[in-house]
Amino acid sequence: MTSVHVTDLTKDYTLRSGLRRTRLRAVDRVSFDLVPRRTVALVGESGSGKSTIAKLLTRMEKPTSGRIDVQLDDRTPVMGSVYQRHVQMVFQDPFASLNPFHTIEHHVARPLRIHHRTHDAASTHARVVEMLQRVNLEPAEQIALRRPHELSGGQRQRVAIARALAPGAQVLIADEPVSMLDVSIRLGVLNLLGRLQREDNLAVLYITHDLATARHFSDEILVLYRGRVVERGPADAVILDPHHDYTKLLALAAPDPERVGSVGGTRRGAARELPARDGIDNSVCYDHDLGDWVHVDDRERARA
Amino acid sequence: MTNIGPDVQVAAGTVATTPPTDPPEPAADVPGAPAGRPRAAWRMLLPSMTPWLATGLVLVAVIVVFGVVGPYLVGDPDAISDTGLSGPSAEHWLGTTQTGQDVLAQLAHATRGSLQIGLMVGVLATVLSAFFGIYGAYLGGFADEAFSLLSNVFLVIPGLPLVIVISGFVPRESRGLWTIAVVLALTSWAASARVLRAQTLSVRSRDYVAASRLSGEKPWRVIGVEILPNLLPVLASQFVYAVIAAILGEAGLSFLGLGASNSSTLGTMLFYAQNGFALPLGAWWWFVPPGLVIALFGMGLSLINFSIDEIINPRLKNARTARRRAKAARRRERRSATGTDGTAGTASTAQEVAR
Repeated sequence: MTSVHVTDLTKDYTLRSGLRRTRLRAVDRVSFDLVPRRTVALVGESGSGKSTIAKLLTRMEKPTSGRIDVQLDDRTPVMGSVYQRHVQMVFQDPFASLNPFHTIEHHVARPLRIHHRTHDAASTHARVVEMLQRVNLEPAEQIALRRPHELSGGQRQRVAIARALAPGAQVLIADEPVSMLDVSIRLGVLNLLGRLQREDNLAVLYITHDLATARHFSDEILVLYRGRVVERGPADAVILDPHHDYTKLLALAAPDPERVGSVGGTRRGAARELPARDGIDNSVCYDHDLGDWVHVDDRERARA
Repeated sequence: MTNIGPDVQVAAGTVATTPPTDPPEPAADVPGAPAGRPRAAWRMLLPSMTPWLATGLVLVAVIVVFGVVGPYLVGDPDAISDTGLSGPSAEHWLGTTQTGQDVLAQLAHATRGSLQIGLMVGVLATVLSAFFGIYGAYLGGFADEAFSLLSNVFLVIPGLPLVIVISGFVPRESRGLWTIAVVLALTSWAASARVLRAQTLSVRSRDYVAASRLSGEKPWRVIGVEILPNLLPVLASQFVYAVIAAILGEAGLSFLGLGASNSSTLGTMLFYAQNGFALPLGAWWWFVPPGLVIALFGMGLSLINFSIDEIINPRLKNARTARRRAKAARRRERRSATGTDGTAGTASTAQEVAR
């Protein structure tokens, strides 16, 4: 089993406009652990740094500073070319993440062959069928021969999950895996992820902007705002008892039929009581495990 | 797409007989796939059959067959006889030149020479543009900047004058077919490289490329297996364009007397016709056939290219389908207005649905 320890992860992007250069800090000193059988949810609006963290974890980008330590149970670090065997990702858009030119079999077979999970054509095919059956794609034999445009969004996302698990990955990063799907099939895909997690002892990082599925699906929630974690803790505590202004705003922004009724029948009534956005301070973080506020700079000073 | 099945088979059949210059060539090895296997991706790459495409394919096929088979059926193109400058007759179908050579025999050999050079330059220019366009765009960063600077430099160099200078500079003895082909390829790859670069930049940023890199694919496999198939229509179109440009460029060079020294092409035929005063003497059978072959071959390839363009830019195809639908609807309306029997109406509706 593999676990991931992220410490003070920071990513800066350099923006050029003419001769002026400005630095944009997309992710600022974010720390968390991914351990087998547990799901951590990263919640935040667009541009809060969720997807950047996914890119850093999958090594599509290099961190500016901070550490990502992936290690096995016996604490041997996972490095170099085997990294991808352990950490895999499910992309947001199932319509873009499968190559329209290739069959489903190709998508699942390639990671098997690259990571030497199978060694000849027959065993690869058998394994592909097995993988497709595991993600509830039936009849797997026929689906393996199809091409992405012949499948529905939910089916494609299942193929993407099968592809991610094909190398034998133990850490799965799911970057908004259901946001592009019909509401009616979202739960099916999430339940599938949950079942695979239990069966394979996966550590899952679930990236989303949807608080409801975050609570349903994850054990721990990290709320990101402008690159910093502003609230963290067990899923229920964060959703039911939000402390940080931004988390409250997120919770209020989610449509809730009961609340709308109490405010006077309109959504605008509910929106009016949201705290002003400019005043939100992302330098403090409420940690539900500590039961106290932590300042980003304090944390650093405390360690030093 | 449902109605193109049989037509595509026909197209593949013609392709098989005319191997070199046809762009849908790669599709020809599809039937090797196991029976019952879906071939939708290949089908997406094939242009749908239209009258234009059919005309283009027929023109190109006829000229290619003439160039490949013709030289074996005609006599010696250089044989001199005493029937100089005679018009078309039973003995000489396309007449004779000033020195009594058979124009048809010359035309067959010249067509073969022109096709040869077109194919050579087409392949060379496509390979060059694919390397600089696709590889550079995939690597990104400094390599991309350098490759793109290089293709920009080649783009602004005026092609024909440079070709003339280089061809004039190389001594006549060593100016073979390959020299001319390399010179033409070097001056014509840049524009395609830019098109391919733009297309690669777009494909490269798609999620499936990131996903394949994430699953540990080696760079050459990402380029060759994940990116390249999605660029095939563009590559085919650039190849066809390069062939047209090469044949025209070579004809221009040969006409100026700067062509390959020991070969006969359509350009050299025109060159000798010009030198033999074919125009003032009214010997139209000497210069019209080579000119016509060049024009028809260029036209055929262009028609094929328009069909390939429809794959690259489906909006063109949608516009055509919409026009056809509107026309069919108008026809139906007219028919129902004149009050003919209902069965014809349902039949055409069924056809419409099948489309």
